[in-house]
Amino acid sequence: MAHYTITIDETGETYRCSDQETLLVGMEKLGKQGIPVGCRGGGCGVCKIEVVAGDYTKRRMSREYVSEEDEAAHRVLACRVRPAGNMVLRVIGLMKKNVCRQAE
Amino acid sequence: MAMNGVLRPGHAALRVLDLEEAVNFYGNVLGLQETGRDKQWRVYFKAWDERDHNSVVIREADKAGIDFFAFKVDGKKTLEKLDADLRAYGVSTERIPAGEMLETGERVRFQVPSGHMIELYAEKKDVGNGISYVNPDPWSAASEKGIAPTRLDHCLLYGPDIEKVQKLFEEVLGFYLVEHIVLEDNKTDLAIWLSTSIKAHDIAFVRHPEPGKLHHVAFLLDSWERVLRAADLMSMNHVSIDIGPTRHGVTRGTTIYAFDPSGNRFETFCGGYQTYPDHQPLKWTMDEVGTGIFYHDRKLNDRFLSVVT
Repeated sequence: MAHYTITIDETGETYRCSDQETLLVGMEKLGKQGIPVGCRGGGCGVCKIEVVAGDYTKRRMSREYVSEEDEAAHRVLACRVRPAGNMVLRVIGLMKKNVCRQAE
Repeated sequence: MAMNGVLRPGHAALRVLDLEEAVNFYGNVLGLQETGRDKQWRVYFKAWDERDHNSVVIREADKAGIDFFAFKVDGKKTLEKLDADLRAYGVSTERIPAGEMLETGERVRFQVPSGHMIELYAEKKDVGNGISYVNPDPWSAASEKGIAPTRLDHCLLYGPDIEKVQKLFEEVLGFYLVEHIVLEDNKTDLAIWLSTSIKAHDIAFVRHPEPGKLHHVAFLLDSWERVLRAADLMSMNHVSIDIGPTRHGVTRGTTIYAFDPSGNRFETFCGGYQTYPDHQPLKWTMDEVGTGIFYHDRKLNDRFLSVVT
């Protein structure tokens, strides 16, 4: 099992995430904030992020919230993505305001 | 006990992102019984104490969410009458032939103003609950497998125009309002809980701009202790829990909200009071809405109003 450093661009928050868990669950486990938490199953779109840098693996995400163009542009759901290297991401989900307000 | 020709919720058809992962979840973790698979690759389940062939039907799709939610009616005559009543009310209906769903009779399907597809049907094969119809035992091995709810109980759907949905359910299908949350204007409902029986809810709606959304499908447990056991099983199986165990102010039910592996929210709950059509509806105001939804926390979480599939 490898661990990588995940950086949330807007807030500067960083956390360590293993390649065995998703970016979202890895963040939650450490009590960190930044990415809004929804269903954790790829269905609701709340944890949508844009991967600015870094490699990752992904699972199927609801097309309601992630189009093919999104996926090609690395706009994905944090609950369906596992890191394969250090990553930098931006939060673009529906509840971004709520979370970033808390972080300010 | 049904108060009119519409007996109870009959089936929920859900979309999942990974079929086999969902089959494992609904079968082994939630503890429903798989009762069949059809040519459309749909997988059918029932809760252990249900007698009809199916109550949850899942199919793999590229979006999570709900395809349709159905109610069983008390016979073919009622089905014909309600179909005619719906048309007379101005709702277009579609007849889906018997057998399109496994072991299920003809269905009448229609769309309600919130964007959801609702179905009525009169016939579904009685496959029993695994316990004899003569001198029955109170439970069986199946009632201990997984979370093992006794039945599909109700659903909560999100969409626009819920006052029109309420009117249709009341005036055509004979449902009645049990509880509601009223917005700050003291006129417009944010949420409505409707019953066709003496249950505190058979279906509920929350006002929401996007049509056709699923908030949750609920499964009934027999006791608060079974709700706590469900929480243990969810953690053992890394199920994504939304909130709970806690209690709702609305309906008084004890509850856990959690998500299936595709993000469809489900509820495992117990209790709720019994009600009758002559009871005055209970009203919640926005300054106490948190207490109404989550009685112990007394506040809404971000997810309750925004996370739907």
